[in-house]
Amino acid sequence: MPDFWIKLWEWSPKILSTLLNATAMTVMVTLGALVVALVLGLVVVLMRISPLKVLRYPALAYTDVMRGTPALVQLFIIYFGLSDLGLEFDPISAAIVGLGMNGAAYVGEVYRAGIEAIHKGQVEAALALGMSPARAMRYIILPQALRLMLPPLCNYAILLVKDTAIISTIAAPEIMFEARRMVQATFMYAISGQIYLFCAVFYLALTLPLSQVAKRLEKARERWR
Amino acid sequence: MIEFLQGYEDYFGDWVWEMGLASLGTIQIMFASFGLACAIGMVVALVRMARIRALNLLAKLYIGFFRGVPVLVILFWIYFALPEMGYDFLVISSYTAAVLGLGIHGGAFLAEVFRSGIESLHKGQMEAALSVGMTPAKAMTHIILPQAIRVVLPPIANYAVGLLKETALCSIIAAPELMLRAKDLASSSFLPMQAFVLSAIFYYVMSFPMMRAVEYLEVRMGTGQRMA
Amino acid sequence: MKPLLRIVDLHKSFGTLEVLTGISIEVAKGEKLSIIGPSGSGKTTLLRCINYLEKPTSGHIYIDDELIGEKKADGKYVRLSDRELAKERAEIGFVFQRFNLFPHLTALDNVGVAPRRVLGLEKRDAEEHAMAMLEKVGLAHKAEEFPERLSGGQQQRVAIARVLAMQPKLMLFDEATSALDPELIGEVLKVIRELADEGRTMLMVTHEIHFAEEISDRVIFMDGGNIVEEGPPTEMFSNPAHERTRLFLRQILDR
Repeated sequence: MPDFWIKLWEWSPKILSTLLNATAMTVMVTLGALVVALVLGLVVVLMRISPLKVLRYPALAYTDVMRGTPALVQLFIIYFGLSDLGLEFDPISAAIVGLGMNGAAYVGEVYRAGIEAIHKGQVEAALALGMSPARAMRYIILPQALRLMLPPLCNYAILLVKDTAIISTIAAPEIMFEARRMVQATFMYAISGQIYLFCAVFYLALTLPLSQVAKRLEKARERWR
Repeated sequence: MIEFLQGYEDYFGDWVWEMGLASLGTIQIMFASFGLACAIGMVVALVRMARIRALNLLAKLYIGFFRGVPVLVILFWIYFALPEMGYDFLVISSYTAAVLGLGIHGGAFLAEVFRSGIESLHKGQMEAALSVGMTPAKAMTHIILPQAIRVVLPPIANYAVGLLKETALCSIIAAPELMLRAKDLASSSFLPMQAFVLSAIFYYVMSFPMMRAVEYLEVRMGTGQRMA
Repeated sequence: MKPLLRIVDLHKSFGTLEVLTGISIEVAKGEKLSIIGPSGSGKTTLLRCINYLEKPTSGHIYIDDELIGEKKADGKYVRLSDRELAKERAEIGFVFQRFNLFPHLTALDNVGVAPRRVLGLEKRDAEEHAMAMLEKVGLAHKAEEFPERLSGGQQQRVAIARVLAMQPKLMLFDEATSALDPELIGEVLKVIRELADEGRTMLMVTHEIHFAEEISDRVIFMDGGNIVEEGPPTEMFSNPAHERTRLFLRQILDR
């Protein structure tokens, strides 16, 4: 038993520095995927609420399929599958594209709920003043909806951080991958449990602050209503 | 497109059969971990609302920890770390590890769902129940929980859909489910695209009825368009 | 003749805000007491302290000479267990401003759930008893309806039936008609008047000045957590002694 405490102490610097670097990668992928999801999600929702069926149905299908299949499968299709068709992705790009596209479906629904939560009377008042639907959307609906959407979007960010763990399966140098590689390369099996615990701590370091932010946003939203 | 479909020529029949069987494994893992997560979730939720500060804190820590950590870490820990560190007697099958990991992780999530469901009920309900002479325990049993169950049904159904997708992660610890089989078939045939797309279809078929059930429940319970 | 309800120097603070600043009242059995006053004067808090939905910061409450919410042990005052508190509350009827009916139960079950689960009546007996209470408030024909299908006035009457089913010693009404549309207020006041005629002991926080004048034996005017003035209704309303009472009455009657 005391043997592994010694090992832990010896290896701590290496463990911590490796994981720290890996965390930077996790953060990078999270941010990348977040941007993709936020932007693509906007496209999806605008299509989703369009009166034109030719826009609405594809958006509906996209959302349903993305939310009905595991992100891991989507990731594998992009990374392994598309290489057949000539589209080569490096692990990080595949991760950002994969998680981003998956997230767009989720974010699109958040946008939609926010938009639909704005009282219909607001739209009617805007239109009665002579605004076009597009103007009404831009100046009346979206600004209000944005405030409603912040807490769920913050929660999505937390989910995204946790989802990045799956990209370890395509050899992206993030926390889980680096941890496992370190254990196997240096035969630190005796303390692998502790190492994974460290991983947990690093994830918590990312998700806990975000949870606090989400809670604050939630409170602010309640007050604003 | 044609090329893509041509890839299925030699394999389609076998694959559908194999993936179908593997899907049963997926469903098995899903049901088992769902049950475990619900059980843990209910217990933790009640502990979380207890008046004893120590228990309250314990529940809060449990919830906070497992909600902030990816489920993959838990799976790794149970399946790889425990045996690697020498706890050989704890060598459990990948199936068990999968169910435990998903269940313990999900329990934290569901605990929050149960708790917020109970607390979302108007305070007046508890007060009215107390006012006619019910003890807090009786009030919970006859007035609060029956209403709370209606409120939590949609998010729990939602969780079930997510759980189905999470089983795919268990392929990483070699649990007997669909994703693992898909990986095998993909590598043995050198047709990853075809294999994974087919597995996606299987997953979609499994989650489709559940997603529709969630929508139905959300309408029935009047929660309609929830902010995710 | 000893009083049914005795409140002794009641104080209640929420954090730094003192809402009740030393209230002492005695209510005789069968007496009808109305409490009026501006919002924030502590009227509702007072009522909620009596059935211990709010825990007083200091002071004591006695019903039939029994301490409410606490008991004396070794010369000190100690909090009651959940079960003991529940027993005390069963003898006090509380009618809420927002009715607080149980939405998942029919009107009949709303009235019958407490007799069944608290008093331990058999299902058949509880239902019979509940039906009798619903008849009393004129809603026997709505027994199988759920609260969402009842009007505000009907919901409040079911709430009153729910309270009656427990045969309380004392009935507390917390602005029972304030949340009702004007045309529905009458039916609820009618029920309350009938209960008053039966000789029940009732405390009512209300804004219905004319009604209070009609059925009360005594009226209390509260302001700023204090009892400013009290007396028989005719005197209070036609010739109030204090300026603050005069001001309040003028505001509320001049609508």
